[in-house]
Amino acid sequence: MCASNVKTTKHTMLEIKNIVKQYANHRALDDVSTRVEEGSIFGLLGPNGAGKTSLIRIINQITAPDGGEIYFDGERLNPGHISRIGYLPEERGLYKKMEIGEQMLYLAQLKGLSKSEATERIKHWFEKMDMQTWWHKKVEDLSKGMQQKVQFVATVVHQPSLIILDEPFTGFDPVNVNIIKEEILALNRGGATIIFSTHRMESVEELCDSIILINKSKKILDGKVKEIKNTYRTNTYRVEYLHQEERIAGVEGLFTIAGREATGDNTTLTIQIADGKTINDVLAYLIPLVHIHELKEVVPSIHDIFVQQVTTQTTAPIRDAQ
Amino acid sequence: MNKILLIIKREYLSRVKKKSFLLVTFLVPLFLIGIYALTIYLTAKSFENNQATVYVVDQSGLFEGKVANTEDVTFIGVSGDVAAEKERILAEGGKTFLLIIPADIEASSRVELFSKEAASFGVQGEVSDQLEEVLRDRAYADAGIDRATVESISPRVNISAKEITEEGEKDSSAGAAMGIAMSLSILVYICLFLYGSQVMRGIIEEKNSRIVEVIISSVKPFQLMMGKIIGIGLVGLTQFILWIVLSSALMGIAGTGMMGKIAMETQVENQQQLLTDSGVAATASTPEIGMVGKVTQELAKVDFQTIIITFLLYFFGGYLLYSALFAAVGSAVDSETETQQFMLPITIPLLFTYILSFGVLINDPHGPLAFWLSMVPFTSPIAMLVRVPFGVPVWEIALSLALLVGGFIVTTWVAGRIYRVGILMYGKKASYKELVKWFRYKG
Repeated sequence: MCASNVKTTKHTMLEIKNIVKQYANHRALDDVSTRVEEGSIFGLLGPNGAGKTSLIRIINQITAPDGGEIYFDGERLNPGHISRIGYLPEERGLYKKMEIGEQMLYLAQLKGLSKSEATERIKHWFEKMDMQTWWHKKVEDLSKGMQQKVQFVATVVHQPSLIILDEPFTGFDPVNVNIIKEEILALNRGGATIIFSTHRMESVEELCDSIILINKSKKILDGKVKEIKNTYRTNTYRVEYLHQEERIAGVEGLFTIAGREATGDNTTLTIQIADGKTINDVLAYLIPLVHIHELKEVVPSIHDIFVQQVTTQTTAPIRDAQ
Repeated sequence: MNKILLIIKREYLSRVKKKSFLLVTFLVPLFLIGIYALTIYLTAKSFENNQATVYVVDQSGLFEGKVANTEDVTFIGVSGDVAAEKERILAEGGKTFLLIIPADIEASSRVELFSKEAASFGVQGEVSDQLEEVLRDRAYADAGIDRATVESISPRVNISAKEITEEGEKDSSAGAAMGIAMSLSILVYICLFLYGSQVMRGIIEEKNSRIVEVIISSVKPFQLMMGKIIGIGLVGLTQFILWIVLSSALMGIAGTGMMGKIAMETQVENQQQLLTDSGVAATASTPEIGMVGKVTQELAKVDFQTIIITFLLYFFGGYLLYSALFAAVGSAVDSETETQQFMLPITIPLLFTYILSFGVLINDPHGPLAFWLSMVPFTSPIAMLVRVPFGVPVWEIALSLALLVGGFIVTTWVAGRIYRVGILMYGKKASYKELVKWFRYKG
């Protein structure tokens, strides 16, 4: 699902270098650096209060960092870039008493669109999202889900090349989540770079090409999801085979058994392969003994990796997948 | 189009398009004119209805044939039976009166006036005037004085108060100036709070609805704040200008008839003055109209153009200065109920000047206190406007305006620094200490 458009040269959309943000007696970001490739879907992950929103606000030039630099599309971040970024804040909001159409026009014009261009784009989006009749409605007359749709359109109406979505799927009903997801992916296929920020890591894991994990103002790790997972592979597999008289036990120097469960005719073993051996070695041993049904590698989820990292953070050095 | 212009436009239009704005803009002048017209109508009506009949029982016999009928009161002599006459008054009711002049009127100076309803002051005055005339004639005659001679000796001195200014002499208008000064001080005081708190409420609304984060990802917080302040300020100016235009137009329509009437009355009054001078008794004086005439005369001397221009300048300057403070307060809180703790320092200088303007400033508009208050930016919007109707040198106005602009730049800068942090602080109770901290944040 995460297959973003294939490019021969990976251009850097956003380069974050040693960002520090200090509030009076609290350091919100401590020397955070990462890189977001153009056309990728990037996950900014971490628990609540980790510093995600602080970083997003700095990228949006809402606040300035106390240290470090940000480069947007090769240039030092400047107010000219505002019109190229679309931002959906975690705290959603619209003017309650203003007509939807008028409000969208206002927001789009603030992003630098001309009035005629804005009108055209908004009409296009309203048609696409089945919102044609909403132009003269007021926000207070819409349901929460409808308001979210309006807000989403307001975020992307100026065709930004970087779209930052802070907790994008909260507040949507499942149907709308799918609609929005599809639209985001379509925008990504159209060339837009997407940054998802969320504390619910499992909700975007499957969508992202790359991630950064931050906790307590510091970067824990960042990199491509596949590479990170590779790094954190534990060489654990699940083998399912037809139940037989023969009882498989661990083999010294080849594998140990971490779990065993029986379901109907089948038995599923979770096996941990010993260092220096591969799954092929294990299969060579098993094939003569049992009738194998299914074989699957146990890959850690980003959440598992996060938990593992956070619990060992104080002692272990930070591992970087890159 | 420039972004700040977009913001100003939205803030302006979203308010001007509101039904409440139209309602207030059009109803206030109508209401004022209505009250004005009603007062005049009632006054006129009270004069019309004064036609009264007084039956006179003259037990002294001194007044027979000597009491003259006036415009409003007809005197009819009747004889004898007091009880029967009282019955008649009861039967006729309304505007009939029974006047009993006792035999010893010259000694007691006391008469009785009966009526079904309490006699109005107008009728009482007419009756006593008439009787006094007759008694005075008798007293003059008894003393051997020729009344015509006495009344021809009637020296009058008219004072024409003039102020010496650099442009030459002009008619002084202290009374009207005081009235205008007080109204201006009330108007500015109310309006600064009215529009300042609109800025504050607008900011709280944006903060509460969280749209502020969307907007400041497109524009700088300072632009948003200034756009809002200027937009609402223009709403205020629009309202004032519409009020002035509408009131003048309505006054023009409703007033042509009224003014004509006043002019006529004034003429009548002048003629009466002449008649009195030449010794003929004229008693139908109309003091109310006289007052109106006097006020109109004084008002004519007031330099309205200067007052309106300085008013608009000081209102806008003062508004910019105070609304920046209101904006800072709005950004620091989550709801209007929390604003109390921050309102005091905003209210104090305004309230202080406002109260002083009634006592000290009006009585001594050119004294040192008045001067300094009209120079300090926080108090000058009220203090200077109170002084302007009395005439203030141009250099003082220029200096005070320059200081006001300076003050407004400083407060806006301070407020802007608090605002940019405050609007992103949700659900956090701010203290003064916190505001200082926010002010110091970088970038």
